[in-house]
Parts: sequence; structure tokens; C-alpha cells
Amino acid sequence: MAFARSDRRRKPSADEPVALKLLVAGGFGVGKTTLVGAVSEIRPLRTEESLSEAGRPVDDIAGVEGKRTTTVAMDFGRITLRDNLVLYLFGTPGQDRFWFLWDELAQGALGAVVLADTRRLEDCFAAVDYFERRGIPFTVAVNCFDGAERHAPDIVRDALDLDASVPVVLCDARERDSAKDVLISVVEHAAQRAAGRREPATT
Amino acid sequence: MRPYAMTRGRTSSAAEMKIDLIALVITEAEPGDDGGAQDDHSLSPEHLDIVERCQHQAVSVAELASDLDLPVGVVRVLVGDLLEGAHVQLHQPVPPAELVDESILREVINGLRAL
Repeated sequence: MAFARSDRRRKPSADEPVALKLLVAGGFGVGKTTLVGAVSEIRPLRTEESLSEAGRPVDDIAGVEGKRTTTVAMDFGRITLRDNLVLYLFGTPGQDRFWFLWDELAQGALGAVVLADTRRLEDCFAAVDYFERRGIPFTVAVNCFDGAERHAPDIVRDALDLDASVPVVLCDARERDSAKDVLISVVEHAAQRAAGRREPATT
Repeated sequence: MRPYAMTRGRTSSAAEMKIDLIALVITEAEPGDDGGAQDDHSLSPEHLDIVERCQHQAVSVAELASDLDLPVGVVRVLVGDLLEGAHVQLHQPVPPAELVDESILREVINGLRAL
């Protein structure tokens, strides 16, 4: 077999393709698809999951007892930064019953965006919890819907009880520049975290 | 067609490792040469579709699934077969914690700014 990865800690060479992934999470209808679409060409992705493991308590299979898998659709986008350096964005499925998919998506993720709507802030609690517990760097991006009252980032930070290091930004998920700024915030946060982890070892 | 009919009912391949969603698949052969895949009669049309798409550039498992309109699980099995037959190479992503070189993250930030 032709596996290209051998040693564990190393710097990828310039001609070796590097793929990184960011997740876009948040409640149903908060604008995840819009944000992914604002910065990349969006594509649908299907996964088939076993009903017996994941959805049995929720999926009503009366009459279709022979059905053993369910299809979960999610969005993803690709941003080519240069030859051999690609950033993939994955919109996490909004419904709670698809949590089991998050573990696969979160594995190896560089970081995450938690998209929040101040009118339904509680919808993003689960995502904040999830990334905190797994130590995945994330930025909370408050999607400023038309007509929604603007809340200062500090108020959102307090309401979500966030660590002081977690960036909170206001955004308009429809605007490319705004969506770009959100992604940059996540990567900068991830870079700072990585630098912070290394420092104690060298001083 | 039922998706897993293409994998002859298999939900995992002989390759022991889990193929990541953003693992990149690329053929080793020169452009135009499919590394003998056309002559391998154990391969299905879907296998050959994958080989063809990975000839000129590395393509992620997620993109293959989306482009071929197949569930991710099916693509994993098919890519596993192609690895077994040495028709493709697989680049599993380097976990961010193992990216010793921060210049990659700097490059990502600059690349996003320049979009």
C-alpha cells in the first residue's frame, strides 16, 4: 500500500499537499451554509450512517423496518490558498441527533467557528461546550441578522461564559469579507494556542 | 442503485486505517497514464472514476464523495481498494497539533486575507 505519511512530528515539505479543516457550527438556521458559501464554492456531501447506532431513539422507522441506514447531508467548501495548500470548511449538521457525526468532523480540525444568533443564543451552547471539552480552538461569530438587536461582543462573552482568550466577533455571514475575517480570527486563535503550548517547553 | 452494491456490500476495506474525510488521493502515474487501473478487471467504473479525478491533482475524500454523488462511506471503501492495488497514493492530513511549523498557519492567514 502507498501511505505517504511515515514519521509523526515533522514539517511537510513544500511539494507535499497539506489539507486543513475548519468546522462551522451553530444552531439550526443560524447561517452556517451562508457563511461557507460566502467564502467558497459550496458543495453537498452525503454520509450514510447506521440507524441502529445513531438515530434509533428518534427516527421513526415504522413501516420501513428494513431501512438500516439514514443519509445525513452536510455542506462543505474548499478554499485553495496556493498549490498544495487547501482549507476545507465543513458545516456541521444542525440537528442534535447527528452529534455522532461531529466526532469524525472534529478529529484533526484546526479550529471551529461557532455561529450565534443573539435572539436564540442558547442554540449555540451545545457547540461551545463540545469544542471547549475537546480543546478545539474556536471563535464565536455573532451573525448580525437584519432587525436583530446588536449586542456588544462582551455581553455575548458573558452570556456564554467564555474563557477570556476565546475571540468573539460580530459578522454578516452573507458578506465575503466579513466571513473571511471570521475564519482569520479562528486561525489566528489556533496559532496563538499552538505558540502558547510550545513556550513553556523552551523557557 | 443501492450505494453499497458498488462495494459488494462491504462497509470497510482491507486497509486497516480510517481514511480521513480530508485525506488527499492522488495517482502516482504521469498524466494520461492511469497506473494500470484500466487493465485491472477487479475495478468497477466507480473505481476508475476516482482514478481519473485524481490524476492531475490531489483530491480529498470529501470532494470525491460530492463529485461522484456517493456517500462518504462508499468512497472510503473504494479508495481502500485502490490503495490495495497501488493505483493511488493517500496523504492523510497532518494533525494540527503535529504541525511543528507555524509558518503554515501564517500562510493560511495571509492566503485568506488575499482572497
